[in-house]
Amino acid sequence: MPTSPSDPAALTATTDLAVIGAGPAGLAAAVTAARLGLRVTLLDTAERPGGQYYRHPAASLGATRPEALHHDWRAFTTREAALRAHEAAGRITYLPRHHVWTVVPADEPGTWTLHAVAGHAPDETPTTLRTRRVLLATGAYERQLPFPGWTLPGVVGAGGAQAMLKNNLVLPGRRVVVAGSGPLLLAVAGSLAAAGATVPAVVEAASYTAYAPQTPALLRNPAKLAEGATYGGALLRHGIRLLTRHAVTEAHGTTRVEAVTIARLDKDWRPLPGTARRIPCDALAVGHGLVPQLELATGLGCATLQAPDGTVALELDAAQRTSVPGISSAGETGGIGGAQLALTEGEIAAHAIAGRPVPAALTRRRARLRAFAAAMAAAHRPGSGWTDWLREETDVCRCEEVPAGRIREAAEELGARDARTVKLLTRAGMGWCQGRMCGPAVAALAGEAPAPDRRPFSCPVPLRHLAALPPTEPAPPGP
Amino acid sequence: MRSPRELVGGSPAATYPIAFDGRELPAQEGQTVAAVLWAAGILAWRSTRQGGTPRGAFCGIGSCYDCLVTVNGRPNQRACLVPARPGDTVTTQEGTGHADLAV
Ligand SMILES: Cc1cc2nc3c(=O)[nH]c(=O)nc-3n(C[C@H](O)[C@H](O)[C@H](O)COP(=O)(O)OP(=O)(O)OC[C@H]3O[C@@H](n4cnc5c(N)ncnc54)[C@H](O)[C@@H]3O)c2cc1C
Ligand code: FES
Repeated sequence: MPTSPSDPAALTATTDLAVIGAGPAGLAAAVTAARLGLRVTLLDTAERPGGQYYRHPAASLGATRPEALHHDWRAFTTREAALRAHEAAGRITYLPRHHVWTVVPADEPGTWTLHAVAGHAPDETPTTLRTRRVLLATGAYERQLPFPGWTLPGVVGAGGAQAMLKNNLVLPGRRVVVAGSGPLLLAVAGSLAAAGATVPAVVEAASYTAYAPQTPALLRNPAKLAEGATYGGALLRHGIRLLTRHAVTEAHGTTRVEAVTIARLDKDWRPLPGTARRIPCDALAVGHGLVPQLELATGLGCATLQAPDGTVALELDAAQRTSVPGISSAGETGGIGGAQLALTEGEIAAHAIAGRPVPAALTRRRARLRAFAAAMAAAHRPGSGWTDWLREETDVCRCEEVPAGRIREAAEELGARDARTVKLLTRAGMGWCQGRMCGPAVAALAGEAPAPDRRPFSCPVPLRHLAALPPTEPAPPGP
Repeated sequence: MRSPRELVGGSPAATYPIAFDGRELPAQEGQTVAAVLWAAGILAWRSTRQGGTPRGAFCGIGSCYDCLVTVNGRPNQRACLVPARPGDTVTTQEGTGHADLAV
């Protein structure tokens, strides 16, 4: 039986495993753990399971062919069916529309308390949950590198355009340039074109020849190559040009984007003089890869490392455990790697948490897909020259409207040596999004590598919910 | 011209109007407020606190807070997450959305 968030029974019982995030990683983990005998609570911010990859329209939107927007849709439908069966059997409590904002040790040793907000304003309610083990499967958000005009309406995230299309069946415009870096751009361009948009070009800052040194990792991944070929085929079919080693260096328009300027880049992503040209469009979908979403993990003190794409990811062992006993993680939180890897890691984590041996085939598949992910991450890691796209007045922090000039001044003249000091001096990263959009850019301008996510809460929490928290954790209820 | 709807087939269970700045926009049950605005060709529905520049949805997944809007009198709602419900009144948000409370 699904348990209503306000049902006190849900709050007093201690579940075996709380899985945070119902994307490929969390969904696979939850159904595998339930099959292996654990009682599981699966919490997710979204209305429906699937995460970023298996986003799909609400049933009320009446899509009869949701698979038209997906690759390998069956991998999702089989797991969703398993989720529903475990739910009906009382082995999984699935709580959609639940945003977990913190995880803290409970007073009974070896257990954890999760705090979440359920529902949408103004009807949101606080929920707590006690669990023995936690699996963080919170995925990623897009990495954005600013450029003049990137705050214009019509400039949208590449993954964001994909998400709006998959969830809501809408497009930001009719003529959409897709730009940035990473394999997601090919998927996005293919979907936008299939849904009726004209895509004049995919503008990719990296060079696909950067993959050449990685040939062994590529050859061990025929499925990935086939996926790449599918995207390549879609580009050809829709007449989309792929321009590598190019970037959008400016978006033009007054109330919305009307055109973009693209330029050729050198190997460090510095625009080459004299190569600029304009492409008219009414939207730009842009993204430079993804950033693991780690605030719950860093709040718990989990160790991190720098991934080959320059992002901060969790340090995990062979059983998907973080450095904090009792806390595991799977999917993009351990480094960007795609949906197949996320599914595999979710299953590995579930076996380990259930105390079962991890099937060797899963371990082999993870090694193969991780090698591929690392090759791709390295190829698309932003070159240092991208900051040449900025003008002094280009806003870097969208929330607090802090221009590049002020950030450079803090770094060069006021002596700020790290992004934290820049933030305190300029307010960059102090607004609503808490640096999710400008973090990588501010770090680059401050001359340091990106620091791990540090946010007190993973979403805005109404003050009255904080005020309602007991000063210490409540005593565990008797059995 | 091809559309997302043609790609996935089918039709929405219900279609109803919502109000946006005095206009009526058609919402399909299951769409978010941001989607209803995009479908109507509207890409901006707030202006920033300092520069007063227009903004709309950017990340599409609830992490950038660029899509803040006033829904039924409550400012600062993320349009990309909030479902459009029958009878909703959505208004452009200026600055913090609390101008009427300004001291
Ligand atoms: C906007 C966007 C679009 C993408 N589109 C594609 C695509 O079309 N094709 C492709 O190959 N890859 C895409 N990706 C890449 C995608 O991240 C992975 O391939 C895959 O979905 C990763 O699986 P995951 O389970 O690790 O994370 P995700 O799929 O990201 O799932 C994480 C889940 O956790 C939930 N969550 C996060 N924080 C909390 C919290 N605090 N409390 C509760 N729930 C939480 C999220 O709502 C989400 O449902 C996209 C990524 C992004 C950011
Ligand atoms: S578009 Fe980013 S939060 Fe809504």
